[in-house]
This record gives sequence, structure tokens and C-alpha cells, in this order.
Amino acid sequence: MSLPILTIVTFLPLAGAIWLLFINGEKQEKIKRIALVIAIGDFILSLPLFFKFRFDTSEFQFVEKVSWIKEFGISYYVGIDGISLFLFLLTSFLTLICILASWNIKDRIKEYMIAMLVLETGMLGVFISLDLFLFYVFWELMLIPMYLIIGVWGGPRRIYATIKFFIYTMAGSVLMLVAIIVIYFMNQKATGEYTFDLLKIYNLDIPMGAQFWLFLAFFFAFAIKVPMFPFHTWLPDAHVEAPTAGSVILAGVLLKMGTYGFVRFSLPLFPYASHQFVPLIAWLAIAGIIYGALVAMVQEDLKKLVAYSSVSHLGFVMLGIFVFNIQGMEGGILQMINHGLSTGALFLLVGMIYERRHTRMIADFGGLTKKMPIFAIFFMIITLSSIGLPGLNGFVGEFLVLVGVFKSNVVYAVLAATGVILSACYMLWMFQRVMFNKLTNPENKKLKDIDKRELALLLPITILVFWIGIYPKPLISRMDASVNHLINQVDEKYKVTLNRLKTEKKEVEYAVKEEKSAEHTIEVD
Amino acid sequence: MEIVIPPFDLKSISLIIILTISAIFILVADVFFRKKFKDSLGYLSFLIVVITGMVAFTQMGKPVYSFSDMFVVDNFSVFFNLIFLISTAIAILLSVSYVKQEGINYGEYYTLILFATIGMMLMAGGADLLTIFLGLEIMSISLYVLAGFRRDCVRSNEASLKYFLLGAFATGFLLYGIAMLYGATGTTNIKGIAEFLANNPALSNPMIVAGASLLIIGFGFKVACVPFHKWTPDVYEGAPTAITAFMSVGPKAAAFAAFLRVFLVALPDVEQKWSIILWVLAVLTMTVGNLVAIAQTNIKRMLAYSSIAHAGYALMAIIAGGDFGIAGLLFYMLAYAFMNLGAFAVVIVLGRKGEENANIEDYNGLGYKHPLLAVTMCIFMFSLAGIPPMAGFIGKFYIFSAAIKNGFIILAIIGVVNSVISVYYYLRVTVVMYMKEPGREFAPLSLSPFLILALIITVWGTIHLGIFPAKIIALAQKSTLLY
Repeated sequence: MSLPILTIVTFLPLAGAIWLLFINGEKQEKIKRIALVIAIGDFILSLPLFFKFRFDTSEFQFVEKVSWIKEFGISYYVGIDGISLFLFLLTSFLTLICILASWNIKDRIKEYMIAMLVLETGMLGVFISLDLFLFYVFWELMLIPMYLIIGVWGGPRRIYATIKFFIYTMAGSVLMLVAIIVIYFMNQKATGEYTFDLLKIYNLDIPMGAQFWLFLAFFFAFAIKVPMFPFHTWLPDAHVEAPTAGSVILAGVLLKMGTYGFVRFSLPLFPYASHQFVPLIAWLAIAGIIYGALVAMVQEDLKKLVAYSSVSHLGFVMLGIFVFNIQGMEGGILQMINHGLSTGALFLLVGMIYERRHTRMIADFGGLTKKMPIFAIFFMIITLSSIGLPGLNGFVGEFLVLVGVFKSNVVYAVLAATGVILSACYMLWMFQRVMFNKLTNPENKKLKDIDKRELALLLPITILVFWIGIYPKPLISRMDASVNHLINQVDEKYKVTLNRLKTEKKEVEYAVKEEKSAEHTIEVD
Repeated sequence: MEIVIPPFDLKSISLIIILTISAIFILVADVFFRKKFKDSLGYLSFLIVVITGMVAFTQMGKPVYSFSDMFVVDNFSVFFNLIFLISTAIAILLSVSYVKQEGINYGEYYTLILFATIGMMLMAGGADLLTIFLGLEIMSISLYVLAGFRRDCVRSNEASLKYFLLGAFATGFLLYGIAMLYGATGTTNIKGIAEFLANNPALSNPMIVAGASLLIIGFGFKVACVPFHKWTPDVYEGAPTAITAFMSVGPKAAAFAAFLRVFLVALPDVEQKWSIILWVLAVLTMTVGNLVAIAQTNIKRMLAYSSIAHAGYALMAIIAGGDFGIAGLLFYMLAYAFMNLGAFAVVIVLGRKGEENANIEDYNGLGYKHPLLAVTMCIFMFSLAGIPPMAGFIGKFYIFSAAIKNGFIILAIIGVVNSVISVYYYLRVTVVMYMKEPGREFAPLSLSPFLILALIITVWGTIHLGIFPAKIIALAQKSTLLY
């Protein structure tokens, strides 16, 4: 019996949150330190997953399974594969960064840290659940702390934003709950076993008509979370109002849950419907890429700009996932990580100048390079990474996605590629207006460069940005087996359905023929 | 002439006997107790309810019919009895300091609560329409009085009178329905009716059709389903808060128990063929309850409409029927008992003599002034909204599963959409607690050890049923056999 490492990593933050409950809220320093220690410990504990991960198998690793609600066949069943591994690590990494980034929060720090840690447990749980019910529980559980983080520590319109966020997400996910229950009973009818075990349900052959509706139900849940155009309207509001760390988590992890959901659930459960829905999803993704980029271009608020750029970037991810080949899928997954790092870092950077100037309007800045040279370097690197400059992480992901898309549909690829160009436009233009030009605004003259703590936030992300950009092999080699397996699994199931469709068609034709010949004989009689 | 006394089994009604004797004892003791010691009547009745609960547990097992098949003890009724006793016990805990604060510290208060509980038990265990009717009346009359217990408060009087008039009307419907069924089948016994209908088609007989419709109206009034819900908000708002808490759980569960037994055992044919009628009722109940709740500014009224909506979810379970549906209803009612009583407990804690502080704005900034109380309220609100890992989520999940299993997918979808709507008003409570600044100084809380105990029990129940529901689900599944 090995150490239940996934459980430990997932629930350590929750335990920490409970610990914090019993600490006097006045002791701010102590609370911050405890939260930080827990986050660091959690991240360190999650590292063995990366090193001990076996490349050669597509099976789930570090699996744990304990019966939870036996009467319904619900179990606490967790494990990771090459797809969830990096999202899991990204989550523990970004939470650590976020806790450090929230050092200057004075207001109700205890509650804040508790919310943050509970949120981490919820997010980690989503990525490791191999039981549909468990997945749903984590999926919803993480709404509550996020809702509080935006609503309590957010900007002026926080209440509107947070309620919108909550209700949008909830509206999407309840339909998924219905779909999950439908699948559960379908599986029970087919196998006689009541179970929410995802791996068992993968073997279920869902009739085509049902696939259509079930896919749609899951689609709403995930598409709202991603968010895909036109379900994205909650995102700019939530991002703008959320505190810096909230934005980082929102962009870095929460949005990935949507795309992850597509990969883990929609594709393997409904291969036929997934194929049928490709045009719709691809066009929505492309619309998102272009629309997001265009809207980002005209934003005056830095945070809004980054928020809309997320809509654009996640269009790429969606496109990569829905071309059903290895390059696209791996690019998509890599792009999830990249977006988490780059956009997370962008929100951190915006947060840093917001803390100094209490404004996020692009027009209020200009010429910051002179006052904040180190900040400028980091900002530049991250901006370029977000654009997808070769040598930095964004390039690898976008390139793989585009290769994948090109292989399946040239039109999609060409249209998506415009997104790359557009992203260069809005990012560089923004950078120019904020960092270059003359330093005219007198208030900017007093700006201080980043301190050690802020350096500690940006440096690890920058290292990762370079690492993935120059040598992505350790990541991709860990994904290979799982992605291959997933694509074969989807393909096989799709082909089975197609074949059945053909034989059914033949049977129908045959039946029609027989009927006709029967009529014929009657006429002859 | 020889008079034959039919055999009867006192053991089967032991709970009722215990409660009746204690209730009368309390009534008598009240006369001899000085005002100072009136609290002890509350302690005493709480103790009695706990003991009765323990006795109730021992009754699990094979169904026992007694009193010429008028009364039955089966797992189903035992499970419901436990729900009643839990809600009664918590209601008593809520009452002890509340009645003192409101100056309505009379012994008959507890007596009436205990009598209402007896009525509920008769309803859950009634194997004869007349027993059910008897139970309903005992329960209702006690509640009419309890609703008007704040004699010097106009709203309380209004609540009582309104409840009584409309309740009497509904009882009339119910009784008329029973009479019709008796006329058509020649018996009021539930099994007897079932046997009669097994050999005769039910729906071609206009008397049975009329009788069944009247029964639906009668029960519909008691569970407060739309369009028979109009009394609920006024009564809930006017009644003493502890009684509102009690009314929103126990009597509702009792009416559902009787509803389920009558329609699933006596009139299964009607239940299946008329599922469309119940379907419409359920959808109306959920939707109207949730939509109107959004507009409420008083938290007691909001909870009243929310309880209407919850009756809609529970109706879903009845429509779904089958083992899943019944077990789902049982589980849901238990979960609902904890979370709803808990929410009312918080309302009571914030209330003062003369000022109830029951407007939602009165909760502004509660999260910073009284963090623990606010967290508690959050737990209940999230549970009522059906968000994991709270009991309400498992309950809803159970009911939706039952509906889907039996092919009512559209109903399930309407149900989940409704729970999204409900999120809006439940969230609003958490919004004002955490995201608004306090408008004025908070009055000191009216906390007493009993209220704290009630809060602990309800929080524990809400979370425990949400995270470790397996045992209770197993128990509920064992309690579905109605025959």
C-alpha cells in the first residue's frame, strides 16, 4: 500500500483552512505565514507526481478508490493521467503564487486565506476525480469560495459580478447533473450495476440520439466555464471585479476546468456526438478567437484586455481539442498550461501596478520603463509569451494546435491563425502605451520598481515560460500515452457507431426493398 | 348480544401513548409550576421527545397492523416518526428561550407541540383514511392555536385565523373526498380500497375520480403546493418563529407521508394515470415558489416561499414513485428538516423581543460582526440551494435521480432549472451578510444554550448528511416497503 499522495495533496489545503479557523483573525502575519507554508508544502508534495509519473502507460496512476456512498455506487475514486497531471500541478503552483501575491491584503485576511485554501482543494479535486458524482461535487464545491473571493474582496461592482459568475456556472452545471444521472441509469440498464465509475462508464455504448442531448448538456456546463463565445459574458465582469489573486486563479485554473471537462468527459463519453458537433464548436471557437482579440484591442482597462484575450486564447484550446488528432490535442493541453502561466502572470503584473497607482486604465500610464526597468523586463517576456513568440511557451502550444487544425481543416487553420496576428497587435500596442512613450503623468514619476516578494512571484513563472518554450519534451512525453489512448478510444467508438449506422441503413434499405417486392408480388397476384 | 372487542396491540402505538401521557402531564404540571420554573417544562418535553425517538428506533422491522387494520407500524412510518421527532425536538430547543423572550411562556405551548406530533404520527401510520383524518385534525388544531400564540400581536392573530379558516376548508375537501371513496368502494381502509380497485377499474368510476381529486386538494393544502399555497407566507410570517420553523417541516412531512401512502397504496392506478396532474402541480409549485421568493424582503416570508418550492421538489419524488422515489422523499424530508430548522434557528437568534429583525437588510454585515453565526447561515443557505457538500444537494440528487429513473426527464430539468433560480435568493442572504456594510449596530444576540445546541445539531445534520449519507440512504431504502 503506497502513500495516498493525491488525497494528501488535495485535502491538505482543506485541513489548513480548518486550522486557520481556530486562529485569531487579528494575527495577520501568522495567518499569512501558515497559509503560505501550507501552499508551499502542498506544492512540494505534488512534485513527486511529476517525477514518479510513468511515461509508458495510458492508465491512470496514483489511483485510490474507496467506497463512499455504496447504495448509489459512488466511490471516492481518484487518479491522474498525462492529461490531468499538468493541470493538477499548475493548480498547486498557481495557488502558491496567489497566496504570496495576496500578501498586501489587509481586509479580513483570515477569511480570505481560508477561502483560498478551500478553493484549492475544490480545484485539485476536479482534476483527479474518476467518479462522475465526485467530479460534480468538487466542480460545485469550488464555486463557493470563488464566489466569496470575488464578492468580498473584489472591486466596486463585485456583487453583480459574483452573482453573475455563480448563476452562470450553476445554470450550466445543473444540466450536466441531469445528464450524469441519465448516463448512470443507462449504464445500470446495460450492465446491471449502479456505478458512477468513469472508467466503467467509458465502455458504455450510448445510443446516438441520446448522445446528442447528453453532449449538449455537458457542452453547456463546460462551454460556460471555458468560456466559449457566446457564453463568455460573465468572464470580463468577474475578472475585472476580482482581486488580483482571484483573477489569476480564475484565468489560470477555473477556465481550464471547462476545457479539461471536454477532454475527459465529452469526447470519450460521446464520440459520435462530438464528431457531429465539430462544425458548431469549431466555428464558435474561431468566433471566440477573433471576437476576443478584436474586443481586447479596444479595451481601455488592462484587466478587461487580458480577460478578453483569454476568450481568444481558449478558442485555440477548444479548436485543438476538437480536431481529434494528437498534435491538436497535445497542443490544446499544452496551451491550457501556457495560458495558465502567461495570463496568470499578466494578471499579477497588472495587479502590481494597480496596487501602486489604483488604476488600471491604459491611458493613465505610459513610459513606465524608465521608472520600473525590472518590471518592464518581466512584462515584456510575459507579453511575448502570450503572443506566442518562438522560444517561449506560447509558441509551442499554438504551433501544435495550428498543425493539428491544419491537418483536419485548412479553413479553420487559416482563420485561427489570424488570431495569432491579432494577439500580437493588441498585446504589443498595449505594451507600448503602458511601458513606452513619454512619462507624462506626474503620478507615475513616483513609481517604485518591484520588490523581492514580487520578484519571487514572477521569477518562477518566467523560468517555466522559458523552459516550456525551449524544451517542452518532459511535458509532451508525459502526455503522449494518454493522449494517444484517448484519441484511439474516441476513434474506435466513433467507428463502431458509424458501422452500426451503416448496417442499420442497409437493413432499412433491405427492409424497404422487401416491402416493395412484397407489394410487387401482391400486384402480380 | 355479545360484544367482541377486536384484538389490539398497544405496543404499536407506544410512541403515541408516551407522548399523550407526557403532554397531559405537562398540561397539569403547568398549573403547579411557578413562573420561574416554567423553563423546566421545555426541558421535560425535550427529554420526552428524545426518549420517544429512542423507542421509535426499536420499532424498525416487520410491519405490524393493529386496531383492526386502522394503524400500522412499518419502516416507512417509523422513518417519518423519526423525522417528526427530530423536528419536534429541535423546535422545542428553539422555543425554550424564545417563548420567555416573547412572554408566551405557558405550559400548553409544549403540550400543543406534543399533540401536533401525535397527530403527525397518526398520519404517517394511518392505514385507514379515518385514522389519517384524525391525525390531520389533531395536528392542525394544535397548530392553529400555536400560530396565534402571540396573543398581543396582530399578525399572529391574523396568521392563526387565516390558517384556521383555510385549513378548515381544506379539511372539508379531504373529508368529502374520503366520503366519496367510501361511497364508491365501501371501505375507508387503505388496503381495502386497494383490493377493491384491483378488481374494479378506478378511473371509470366518477365517485372515485371525484374523491381522489378532493384528496389531492386536501393534501395539497397541507403541503402548501401551488395553487393551494396562499396561506403559507402570511401564516409563516405571523406565527411565532419557533412555530414557523416547526410548521415548515413536521406537518409538511406528515402530509407527504399520508399523501404517499394513500396514493401509492390505495390509489396506485390514479397515481400513475394522473401523474400529469401531479406533474403540473409540482412544476407550478416549484416555479411559483422560487420566483416569488426572489421578490421577498422579509426572511420569514422568503423561507415560506422557499418551503413551497421545496414541496414542489418533494412532489417530484411522489410522481417518480417506486423505491427510488419513496426513499428519495424520505431522505429529502430528513435533510430538509435539518437545514430549514437551522435557518429558522438563525432567524430566532437574531430576533429580539418586539423586533424580529427578519428583514434581509437586517443581516447586512453579519459576517463580520458574528462570523460563526453567519457561517452557519451560509451552510443552511447553500444546503437549501442544493450545493454540495451539503445535505440538500444529496437530497435533490436523490429526487432528481428518481425522476430520471422513471422517465420524467423534463420534470427533472425543470427541477434543476428551478434550483438555479433558487440560488439567487439564497445567495442574496450570503451577499448581504458578507458583502454589505452593517447598516446599524447589531442588537446583542439572543443566544441561549438551547439555541446553540439546536444550531449544532442542525449544522451537524446538514453537513453529515451531505458528506456521509450512506447510512441514512440505506435506512431510507429499507423503509420504502409500504405494504
